[in-house]
Amino acid sequence: MRYSVFSLLAQTLKGHKGWQPTWRDAAPKPEYDVLVIGGGGHGLATAYYLASRHGIRNIAVIEKGHIGSGNVGRNTTIIRSNYLLPGNTPFYELSMKLWEGLEQDLNYNAMVSQRGVLNLYHSDAQRDAYARRGNAMRLAGVDADLLEREQVRAMVPFLDYDNARFPIQGGLLQKRGGTARHDAVAWGYAHAGDRNGVDIVQNCEVTGLTLDNGRVTGVETTRGPIRAKKVALAVAGNSSRVASMAGLRLPIETHVLQAFVSEGVKPLIDTVVTYGAGHFYVSQSDKGGLVFGGDIDGYNSYAQRGNLPVIEDVMESAMALWPGVGRIRMLRHWGGVMDMSMDGSPIIDHTPVQGLYLNAGWCYGGFKATPASGFCFAHLIAKDEPHPVAAAYRLDRFASGRVIDEKGAGAQPNLH
Amino acid sequence: MRITCPHCGARDAQEFSYLGDANPKRPDGLDATEAAMHDYVYQRDNPAGRHRELWYHGAGCHAWLVVTRDTRSHAIEAVEVASTVRSGAAA
Ligand SMILES: Cc1cc2nc3c(=O)[nH]c(=O)nc-3n(C[C@H](O)[C@H](O)[C@H](O)COP(=O)(O)OP(=O)(O)OC[C@H]3O[C@@H](n4cnc5c(N)ncnc54)[C@H](O)[C@@H]3O)c2cc1C
Ligand SMILES: [Zn+2]
Repeated sequence: MRYSVFSLLAQTLKGHKGWQPTWRDAAPKPEYDVLVIGGGGHGLATAYYLASRHGIRNIAVIEKGHIGSGNVGRNTTIIRSNYLLPGNTPFYELSMKLWEGLEQDLNYNAMVSQRGVLNLYHSDAQRDAYARRGNAMRLAGVDADLLEREQVRAMVPFLDYDNARFPIQGGLLQKRGGTARHDAVAWGYAHAGDRNGVDIVQNCEVTGLTLDNGRVTGVETTRGPIRAKKVALAVAGNSSRVASMAGLRLPIETHVLQAFVSEGVKPLIDTVVTYGAGHFYVSQSDKGGLVFGGDIDGYNSYAQRGNLPVIEDVMESAMALWPGVGRIRMLRHWGGVMDMSMDGSPIIDHTPVQGLYLNAGWCYGGFKATPASGFCFAHLIAKDEPHPVAAAYRLDRFASGRVIDEKGAGAQPNLH
Repeated sequence: MRITCPHCGARDAQEFSYLGDANPKRPDGLDATEAAMHDYVYQRDNPAGRHRELWYHGAGCHAWLVVTRDTRSHAIEAVEVASTVRSGAAA
């Protein structure tokens, strides 16, 4: 099935009764060239780029639930490339560029919306820090604009500009940042992967990795053993668990991150705003709900649900920044389990086990990374060398001292 | 989530700060190898299930505690005062 204006028109005339499933619900074959564990955005993107860019045909993505049930369908959909450090900036900018052409590439509407991402500052020191970040971005060819208070007020007039403790002085704007429809990203990569011959195997949990002489030879699953020449891990918050099946320990803790959405309201805010005085950010979904995000719960958790203190903290920040929000009711909240790495940055690398590759440690920022993560991971798996843009995301950077610590928080995952 | 501090009783988890896994032991002295230090600082078991972890009761008695908790359900099995655990471990 290829989507076009004509397929849409034809279906309209038929009362939309003829749409076909967009990917096959494949049963696992006994053997694959590349087996990707994890049917989230990163796993599906990896398989798609392996097939479409590297011509590898015999690929499967193995997902324990259904695709999109992990973080790719739980995040707050923000995409941006406003990073500071050299290891990060080019990588996230490659991702931004891939987002900009994603829908044409996949033939799928992922509702990529470049509505801008605005980081507010509330003090002189914060303004200087944002000026520095903006300069670093511009040096790397990324767009960045430092706004004065009145320019911010023109964009988002309803915030509390005269808050006694945290008056808004201005903001750093990345105009090309914005949001994308997260489920559609998973569905789009599944759709395009399937069209390139990728088997998408759902309801199939990997329960073991089979090794022979320091080399991976396949996996054990709830649907039987599968042999594979190469096995790639893209299991988000479960990286430590799956890697431990090959006897590996990782520089990672698993933490829960929550998000919240309000009842649907008329268009109120047409950009993404982050509060510089607390961990809080807000955008409005195309359905009308205000989408809020904040901190992780702060202790190791595999619960995939959150606790009240973070909800209260987010709501307090919301009220401090945007008092009018108190008139709106919250609709629901949920949590996802994420890898928090020891420096807050991701890992895309070989593991010490031959034929076993690792894509992990995405912390808060993995959704925006989805296209570049898949692109660079596919490159690593196909060519057995890192993609230049992801070359800093090594597993041994902790041992060698080349950590990428955007926040400068040290080896303390709950502080990143 | 509530943590029952041995000194203060059951308190909201908000009163405590989290440090992380209580199991890694700092390698001793200047003889520690780089590999051992790397292991101690960066590598974690990160289990889904039973986890012994360090919490600081900052809004209470200021004691460090070792809390044994299930990371899947948040159910707490035991809370001990860290100083007694450490000296117990050394004995
Ligand atoms: C509440 C929340 C808000 C967020 N907001 C943002 C944001 O605004 N912007 C941003 O850039 N990032 C955000 N993130 C982070 C981002 O969502 C993740 O880092 C990213 O989606 C992780 O990659 P993934 O999509 O492949 O993971 P997932 O979708 O979680 O995919 C991993 C898959 O692996 C499967 N799996 C695990 N173990 C096994 C096994 N043994 N066998 C088979 N399958 C297995 C899981 O079921 C899961 O489907 C947010 C995360 C959360 C939780
Ligand atoms: Zn106490």
